[in-house]
This record gives sequence, C-alpha cells and structure tokens, in this order.
Amino acid sequence: MKGASLYLDGVSVVFDGFKALNNLSLIVEPGELRAVIGPNGAGKTTMMDVITGKTRPTAGDVRFGEHDLTRMDEASIAMLGIGRKFQKPTMFDALTVFENLELALKAPRNPWACLTWVLGDDSRERIEETLAEVGLTARAYDAAGVLSHGQRQWLEIGMLLMQDPELLLVDEPVAGMTDQETEHTAALLRRIAGRRSVVVVEHDLEFVRALGRKVTVLHEGTVISEGPIDKVQNDPRVIEVYLGR
Amino acid sequence: MSATTSTLPAAPSRTRVGLRAVMIGIIAILAVMPLLNRLPVDSAFHVSDFVVSVSGKWICYAILALAIDLAWGYAGLLSLGHGAFFALGGYAIGMHLMRLIGPRGVYGHPVLPDFMVFLGYTELPWYWWGFQSFPLAAAMALFVPGLLGGIVGWLAFRSRITGVYFSIITQAMTYAMMLAFFRNDMGFGGNNGFTDFKELLGMPLNTSAARVTLFYASLVALVLTWAICARLTNSKFGRVLIAIRDAESRVRFLGYDVTQHKLFVFVLSAMLSGLAGALYVPQVGIINPGEFSPGNSIEAVIWVAVGGRGTLVGAVVGAFGVNALKTWLTSFAPDLWLFVLGGLFVVVTLLLPKGIVGLVRRRDG
Repeated sequence: MKGASLYLDGVSVVFDGFKALNNLSLIVEPGELRAVIGPNGAGKTTMMDVITGKTRPTAGDVRFGEHDLTRMDEASIAMLGIGRKFQKPTMFDALTVFENLELALKAPRNPWACLTWVLGDDSRERIEETLAEVGLTARAYDAAGVLSHGQRQWLEIGMLLMQDPELLLVDEPVAGMTDQETEHTAALLRRIAGRRSVVVVEHDLEFVRALGRKVTVLHEGTVISEGPIDKVQNDPRVIEVYLGR
Repeated sequence: MSATTSTLPAAPSRTRVGLRAVMIGIIAILAVMPLLNRLPVDSAFHVSDFVVSVSGKWICYAILALAIDLAWGYAGLLSLGHGAFFALGGYAIGMHLMRLIGPRGVYGHPVLPDFMVFLGYTELPWYWWGFQSFPLAAAMALFVPGLLGGIVGWLAFRSRITGVYFSIITQAMTYAMMLAFFRNDMGFGGNNGFTDFKELLGMPLNTSAARVTLFYASLVALVLTWAICARLTNSKFGRVLIAIRDAESRVRFLGYDVTQHKLFVFVLSAMLSGLAGALYVPQVGIINPGEFSPGNSIEAVIWVAVGGRGTLVGAVVGAFGVNALKTWLTSFAPDLWLFVLGGLFVVVTLLLPKGIVGLVRRRDG
C-alpha cells in the first residue's frame, strides 16, 4: 500500500450564489475504495473538479498528503499522481489495445525519444500486467476501435493505471454497461484499490452494492451519510432525499 | 502483480507483406527501365526514351507524395501547400545550375546569369553567394523548405490551428510564394524563372547519360525516402502521430507535447518535398513560379488520396497512377483533364476512402 490520504475539509464552491458544494468534508485513506453517490446536482462532479484543480473552492481545505491542492494547477495535480477517468472514454481507435497502453506508459515523450523508443522487458511486463488487471489480455492486439463499450471503459482505466496514479477518480464507469460488464467493472475496481486509492462516483446502486465498500452520500453539496451500504440505505435522511423518492 | 505471467504472444507485425511487395515491385520495374531502353527498338520489351524521362519525373512526384502522406496520412496535417516546398528545393538547385552556366550565357557575363544582366544587376545579390558550390545548393534545397515549414508550422501548431484552417493557411503560403517569385525584384528570374541549364557535377545535361544518372539518383532518393518514412511510421513516434490525428487533445492529456511532434513531422515532410524538387528540376530543365501555383499542391494531395493515405505505398501508387492517366488523357483530350481529376477525387472520397491500396488491404485482412 502506498500513497497519501485525500482530505477535504469544509469545502464550499459557489457559482453565482448557487452553492454547488456546501461545507463538504471527506477523508479517503490510502488504498481505500470509496463510492460516492447522490441525486443529480448533489455536487459529485464539482467535487471531482475541485480535487483535480479544474474548479477552485470558494472556501475550505483540499489536501493530498502534505500537498495543498487548492494552490496547484491541473497539470501539477496530475503529476502528483491523481488520475481522472471521464465519463466518455477517449482512446486511439486506429491503434491496438497494447499500443494505447504503450503510449500511456511513463517514458520520455519528446519526438526523438519516441522515434528511438524500444519496448524493453520492464515496459512490456508493465503493459502485460495492466492488460491482465483490466482483463483485456485476449484483446491486446485488436484495434481499440472494435472494442465493446465496456471494454473501452476498461482500456481507459488501464491507460490511467499506466501512469501509475496514487489516487484514481472514476466518474460513472458503468453507465450504459450490461450487467455482466458492470460486475466485471466492480471486480476490476476492487482489484485496483489497495495498491492505490479509488474514488468512484456512480448513480447505479446495484453497482455500489457490488463494490461492497464504504459509501458516501452527497446531497445539495454536503455529506449527509457515510458508511457501509446497508447502513446508508437505512439512514432516514438518505431515504428521504434519495432513495425514498 | 503476481497473477500475471508472460502469456501474451509477440505482437503481430504491422507491416503488410502485400503492400511491401507492391512497393518492391514498383522499385524493381523502375530499376530495369533504363536497361530496357537499351534494347533494340523493335524488341517487345523496349522502353522508349519518352517513358524513361517521364518516369524519372514521376519518381520525384512519388517522393513528394510520400512526404505528403507522412504529414497527412499519419499526423492528419492536410497541407495544400507542399508544392511550395517542392518548388523551393527546385529553385535551390536551379540557382546552382544557373551559376554553372558561367560565361556561356547569351550575354556572356562571367558571373551574372542572363536574367540579371537583362534586368541591369551589376553584382550578384548576397543570397546567391556560394551557390556555385553543389554541396551548399543541395543543403539549401533541404534547409530552405524545412525553414519555411518550420516557421509556418510553428505559428500554426502553437496556436492550435488544425483541420481545414491549417489547409487554408498552407494554401495561402504557396500562393504568397508564387506572387513573390513572379516579381523580378526578388532576384529569381521573375516569371521566366531559370532555364537553359548546361551541366551538373561536370555532367552535361540533355544527354542520355545524364538522364539515366538523374533517373537512378531519383530512384535511390525514393528508396531512401520510403525507408525513412517506414522507419518513422513503424516507431512509437509514428503511433503518436496517428494518435494526434485521431484524438489530439487526448494525446496532450497523456503528457505529449503535440506541437513538437507535429513540427518535427511537418519540417521533415517539407525537407523531403524539397529533395523531390531538387531532383525534378535538372530533369525537366526549367523552374518558374508556376511550380508554386496552388493547383500543383492540390493535385499532389489527390495523388495521395487516390493511392490511399496512411499507407506510404498508396502515395507512390497514386503518384504514378494519376500521372500516367494524366499523360495518357492529355495527349488526346487535354480539356478534359481537370474534370477527370476532380471526378477522380470525388469518386475516391465517396467510394474508396482508403484509395486503391485500400482494395488490396481489405483482401489480406
């Protein structure tokens, strides 16, 4: 287990008087897998934006280990080892799955280095590891363009893993997936966590249940409940604002 | 991770054996052409002087087509101004050929080319200095196009100008160059350009020995260009270019400096185009500002589109195929050519997006 804790304390974000986040506090331990749920407009995406430096908080503290994320720009936050997977996967359709991962691998990125690049045993092993981790070993030499929707999501996660993040933020990974793909994704995220922290934002309660870890429920920009899914599902406040409707 | 052992087989080769065979076949046919020319005229295998000299020119076009394919087919940079790089390479070698004429010009001036005497120059402009040296002229034939490509590319790529806007800028570039070179004051012979060349490297031009030598020099250059392009596109650099073509912002997000990569390939492509022009001019014996005309650049892009972009071999097939069609057609119906060319482009775009080579590729999967 490696990495630092993610620590949000009293974070507020105000857009033109609208409080997207309201005094939100959250701690994610190193290696933890955390699900964040909440109805539309609860502030899930804004929270991700604050962590990655896309949005500056109006008030509050955002720390990753000893780093103050509110003082850093997006690029340096990414360099710290915080990777984010957006909802819509983007990859290079004309290249194979293997080549997609190869491009994401940490290596000198100037034209000359790319021209003289030779895939060493270490790098190859690293790519094979990641292929196995995301379950795409059998598709390694297929063009990314022919992958199914679910496989594309896994490849996208694989590309993030190649950059060896300490904290992975995953935005709605199972939207549009079949049940089987959803299950596979839950298993994948459980596998990834432990070596790094993972924060998953999701609507799908079945999926959150399949993750089987601590759940944080957001409502109107603030945390209203936190704990195992069974406890959270029986919380009267959660039932009122989210599950009850 | 302990769960993984090396179960992954080696990557299948990306090189398509069929395409490579086509390329080697083209090179072999070209290589024997001058030899077949030696056969008696009544032999079934005799190749006429006309075919040999026209093929020498087409080899230069094929080099230009490879350069365009590298930028367009791989990095997605559709340049409609590559004719400018070709022409600059031609002008550089043309300046050398003009200097070699020496006192044999009509006016018999020991140093100044005829057009300068005619225009009242009393001494050589500074930018003509040193062009009596072949190595310098040859270096300039690569350097000047590379410099122009570097400046235009840098300005465009760093401002993230892409797609059709980039095409328009390159088109404007070649048009501006054409207007500039038409001016007598530029010191490049105005609209007459350069002609009446005498010799190159001690070899009198307009002899069949010179034709054959230039033919083979061009063929060697074609093979070298192909080797460079193949090496480049089979490297990780080539895969970064394809990635830039398909999802530029994602490449940036992965931490690659997209501007640097584009600039590298665009400058190289410009230099290869300059090489093509430098080999072309001694063979045709003339260079004038007409070479800068936007139509030339567009025609060269059509060769690549017809042959099949992003394959290298397709560019070469397209350059020979379209020019063969043009030569054949313009011999009996010159007015029809532009309609046929336009029609060809439409048909290829609609029905054969991968060009002629795409047909071959589909079959071997």
